[in-house]
Amino acid sequence: MKKALFTIEKNERLTPTVLRMTLRGPAEAVTAPGQFVDIALPGRFLRRPISVCDAGGDTLTLLYKVVGGGTEQMAAMVPGGTLDILAGLGNGFDTAPAGESPLLIGGGIGAAPLYLLAKKLLAEGKRVRAILGFNGANEVFYVDEFKALGCGVTVATADGSVGVKGFVTDALPEEHSYYYACGPEPMLRAVWAKAAGSGQLSFEERMGCGFGACMGCTRQTVNGPKRVCKDGPVFRKEEILWT
Amino acid sequence: MDLSVTLCGIEIDNPVIPASGTFGYGYEFAEHYDINCLGTFSFKGTTREPRFGNPTPRIAESAAGMVNAVGLQNPGVDKVISEELPQLKKVFHKPVMANVSGFSVEDYAYTCERLDKEPQVGWLEVNISCPNVHGGGMSFGTDPAAAAEVVRAVKAVTRKPVIMKLTPNVTDITAIARACEDAGADGLSLINTLQAMRIDLKTKKPVLANVTGGLSGPAVFPVALRMVYQVYEAVSIPIVGVGGVSSAEDVIEMMLAGATAVEVGAANLVDPCASRDITAALPGVMEKYGIQNLKDIIGGAHG
Repeated sequence: MKKALFTIEKNERLTPTVLRMTLRGPAEAVTAPGQFVDIALPGRFLRRPISVCDAGGDTLTLLYKVVGGGTEQMAAMVPGGTLDILAGLGNGFDTAPAGESPLLIGGGIGAAPLYLLAKKLLAEGKRVRAILGFNGANEVFYVDEFKALGCGVTVATADGSVGVKGFVTDALPEEHSYYYACGPEPMLRAVWAKAAGSGQLSFEERMGCGFGACMGCTRQTVNGPKRVCKDGPVFRKEEILWT
Repeated sequence: MDLSVTLCGIEIDNPVIPASGTFGYGYEFAEHYDINCLGTFSFKGTTREPRFGNPTPRIAESAAGMVNAVGLQNPGVDKVISEELPQLKKVFHKPVMANVSGFSVEDYAYTCERLDKEPQVGWLEVNISCPNVHGGGMSFGTDPAAAAEVVRAVKAVTRKPVIMKLTPNVTDITAIARACEDAGADGLSLINTLQAMRIDLKTKKPVLANVTGGLSGPAVFPVALRMVYQVYEAVSIPIVGVGGVSSAEDVIEMMLAGATAVEVGAANLVDPCASRDITAALPGVMEKYGIQNLKDIIGGAHG
């Protein structure tokens, strides 16, 4: 974890509610795909945890969905401004068990951390397929970016306006060696129940600190209480308990 | 320039103490800085049995603060002694403040008796003020007789200084403070969080799964300051001032109100280095206000 000032280079709208913020700063603090950063916003007491979409050299890329006052404030920010960020939080995805043909499953903004994961898996010589789920055509983002990396991409939309009609679990392929999932908890639960084989799932929770101090984001697991921010946000399928 | 103070017979290098529940068992903050720069710290509230705590969401934001309902998640006193304290020993070489909570007078005594045997523990901070657990916690801190009973039970099993952590959720905190002093408490820390809640406009339901929680952060600082000021006039045992402290200036203000030492809570959750930075800023702020010796200003605001 590193606390640093990052400078906003771009802040672009990808869909009516999803934006991409590109920042310059010590992005090397991000050491694994699936980690997140915690952003201090003027006038807001708590930081905002946002997953890392891409990090390399001195460039950090975040995709975020406007869901409340804090993210609305971020959406209004302009290039040149600086943000106080704790970077490199959480455990991130482990690519060691991926096998030859890992499957990435993203729901909505949950697709964001899978992008850096896809890059890493492809660099390790894997055949990577991604299933990205959205509510409808106006919410679809990053399909071309995943394809440009070299992933096979299947899109599922709840209203059927693009790709497979239904949820990500309606578009699961016949075979994959391992899976990685990030999205809303009902999606994670459905993936956990339906997807074949083993995998890792990334969770979201309201956080106080983001670095393991306050016990605000604890989940019960097979191995006892775990902090989503520090012991997670990524948990192995076998560890997860649903309550 | 002298930053040292004596808290219940133990001298500490400076009055800055990260508050319980915002600093874990310390060693994780040692990844970020040398925590020996602190006066001491108060470790995560510890109970007789392990506790998962409340369901999530446990955290809600508010203007200049936050509302939490963690509910005393901790591994239980036996594991704290066998696992957490040995880890802490590697990175912290000063006496630590052990924060203890319970659901019965016997619970408090049981946990304190075990921690009394630990040489790393300097003080027992006994939390009779947690607003987020049921059938214990705050119920002992809202009744002078019940508070006194906990003090007597704990004092009977330890020779370490006993500091009672008080709740602000009472009509007259000085009555509780006096009851603790009369029962033999060595010190008081105040305030715990203020009972509070938030409602989510999208779901139209409470944000916290526990419905209510405790408010902390800069929003509560003036309330805490007022209570420290009042309790200082009511008792003669040392007071640890807690509540929304976020700067070296806040530390000085708390001490002027009557605090011998000052705990930093929610600020640690926003910036992992907050307590270190507040400690480092103290000499400069003392110089600015013409303070040579911090001991001299304790209670200085009183007539």
